[in-house]
Amino acid sequence: MALLEIRNLHATVDGKSILNGVDLTIDAGEVHAIMGPNGSGKSTLSYVLAGRDGYVVTEGEVTYDGQDLLAMSIDQRAREGLFLAFQYPVEIPGVVGLTFLKTAANAVRRHRGESELDAMDFLKFVRDKAEALDISDDMLKRAVNEGFSGGEKKRMEILQMAVLEPRFAILDETDSGLDIDALKVVSDGVNAMRGPERGMLLITHYQRLLDYIVPDRVHVLAHGRIVKSGDKSLALELEAKGYSEFLDAAA
Amino acid sequence: MAANVDVIEQVQSLGEQYKYGFVTDIDVDLAPKGLNEDIVRLISEKKGEPEWMLEWRLKAYRHWLTMTAPEWQKVAFAPIDFQDSYYYAAPKLADKPKSLDEVDPKLLETYAKLGISLKEQEVLAGVEGAPQVAIDAVFDSVSVATTYKAKLAEIGVIFCSMSEAVKEHPELVRKYLGSVVPYADNFYATLNSAVFTDGSFVYIPKGVRCPMELSTYFRINQENTGQFERTLIIADDGAHVSYLEGCTAPQRDEHQLHAAVVELITLDDAEIKYSTVQNWYPGDEEGRGGIYNFVTKRGACRGRNSKISWTQVETGSAITWKYPSCILQGDNSVGEFYSIAITNNAQQADTGTKMIHIGKNTTSRIISKGITAGRADQTYRGLVRMQRGAHGARNYTQCDSLLIGDQCGAHTVPYIESQNPTAQVEHEATTSRISDDQMFYCRQRGLTDEEAISLIVNGFCREVLQTLPMEFAVEAQKLVGISLEGSVG
Repeated sequence: MALLEIRNLHATVDGKSILNGVDLTIDAGEVHAIMGPNGSGKSTLSYVLAGRDGYVVTEGEVTYDGQDLLAMSIDQRAREGLFLAFQYPVEIPGVVGLTFLKTAANAVRRHRGESELDAMDFLKFVRDKAEALDISDDMLKRAVNEGFSGGEKKRMEILQMAVLEPRFAILDETDSGLDIDALKVVSDGVNAMRGPERGMLLITHYQRLLDYIVPDRVHVLAHGRIVKSGDKSLALELEAKGYSEFLDAAA
Repeated sequence: MAANVDVIEQVQSLGEQYKYGFVTDIDVDLAPKGLNEDIVRLISEKKGEPEWMLEWRLKAYRHWLTMTAPEWQKVAFAPIDFQDSYYYAAPKLADKPKSLDEVDPKLLETYAKLGISLKEQEVLAGVEGAPQVAIDAVFDSVSVATTYKAKLAEIGVIFCSMSEAVKEHPELVRKYLGSVVPYADNFYATLNSAVFTDGSFVYIPKGVRCPMELSTYFRINQENTGQFERTLIIADDGAHVSYLEGCTAPQRDEHQLHAAVVELITLDDAEIKYSTVQNWYPGDEEGRGGIYNFVTKRGACRGRNSKISWTQVETGSAITWKYPSCILQGDNSVGEFYSIAITNNAQQADTGTKMIHIGKNTTSRIISKGITAGRADQTYRGLVRMQRGAHGARNYTQCDSLLIGDQCGAHTVPYIESQNPTAQVEHEATTSRISDDQMFYCRQRGLTDEEAISLIVNGFCREVLQTLPMEFAVEAQKLVGISLEGSVG
């Protein structure tokens, strides 16, 4: 059974058709990448999978771990292990990062029937993961994303992923705004989370990220549809030739 | 957009039983309904007050007859019929109980329901490391029990009911009562001066730091009884005290007036910290019933280097109308006002503070956090006045509003008056909403709508919550969550 199966997915935003029949299957243990030009629907796909309000599914199904994903609420999907690393993580003033992480982690643990962590245990649990991502104690004590640089925000997203231990992670343009060093730190963090039980979907414009996080499959999304799939060499091909052939073909 | 609609719906589904809504059936001693000079005399007589106290009440009552209720406020309510109320309700007690064993067990049960076990307090007395909070419990106008009295008396701290203070410490009461809020100050304070039945009296002697937090719990129980507490706290030179005021009230259909007066005085190098957590019955979703909380609270920093700090978390009442203020007379004195006001459904609030800078190098700090939802309306009204002699005085004001849904209102009315060119006044204000993005982010991390709102609102209020004494901070955080529960936001 596939971890995530998307069948003929159509979705609109503000009345506009963005996804026009997406088919995609990802098994546990696999890392897939979706590339495509601006406006192709990459972020829309991630929001539809996460269940964001305002994104209306007009046709199609999504099965997650055997369940009907589209019938679940945003937080239900999250507690079932679906994680979205945002492209533009929002600020939440006054809410201390550590508190936010602990609240979220315990919500998931409660759902799984695991015991919740108290403040002391949680801090220990987080510290190792934070260190690996170059996140200091100080950063954890700041309000969520408040005053964070782009790189710090992205590293925070990966820390949240490490803490929540999702079954399926969608990383939306995780590489945007990162310098080489930050890219390496973030990629190491993501790679450390690869495993036979976990599936990942990387959304990116650029090939560069895929040198660090090597995908099992690469897909091209154009005009709301997957128009080509291949292995990692497809990414290199795209870098050389660009998206123009797909824009004409898909239209 | 849809996320917000969700939030609004959640807020509206307030079918929640008001947690503290219950009434105690107990023998009550009621004065006849209505207000006139005879009632004022009756109150004074029931309390066995000396002549001077009765005279003061009558002076206030006669002045009240010449006054008209103010109309400048932004909160709206039907005219109050002052004759349609009882002004005295005391539970029938033989004598003042010598110990808790003599107190009506139904009363003790009421307090247990409220989460305060007076018995527990006594038991904890000898326990190492247990936090000590001395409680003066007020039940419908009469102080029922005061714990820890003996212990505090050992170090010269007086903490008793106002009724008792009038009789046992007349020199102190006569000296300070009405010195910060004069009997003719305003309509509701004048009414209070005529018919106040009880409250707390605190005196901290020179150089004494009160070793425990002092606290009072109020409860309005009798139908149609207005609560008119009168509290007076005096910190002598070098004295420090932290006082907690927390209130609950039963579910009622009639509006109940709560017109209290609190006066604080700090002498040289003294400090009073006054914290309030208020969750009076707010009325139902249509705005029916609920408490009218019209309070005059004022602190006078008489001494140099003295400090008065007000922290309030106001989540209840149908209408909240109060401006805890500081008169900064002593040079270098400090006034602080930290406030969280939450209004939901049909609640209304017009609240804020007044900082009057008189002495040199006086400073004031105002942090006001207003959260409004449903069809509620909230106004922050603040006055910062720098008088001619306030050389080097400074004020910092930060006034933030958080609106949830699109039916509520938040208004800010800042008054800044400065007559000294060296005085500095800073005012910052923000208005925000809980954004769809923030809600989505929290929910995508596994939090429910309610958990997300509670987290975000607590974050919004964090700066103020941090100024509360620990015991209160926990209760306040829960309260913030509960008042937004089911009512979304």
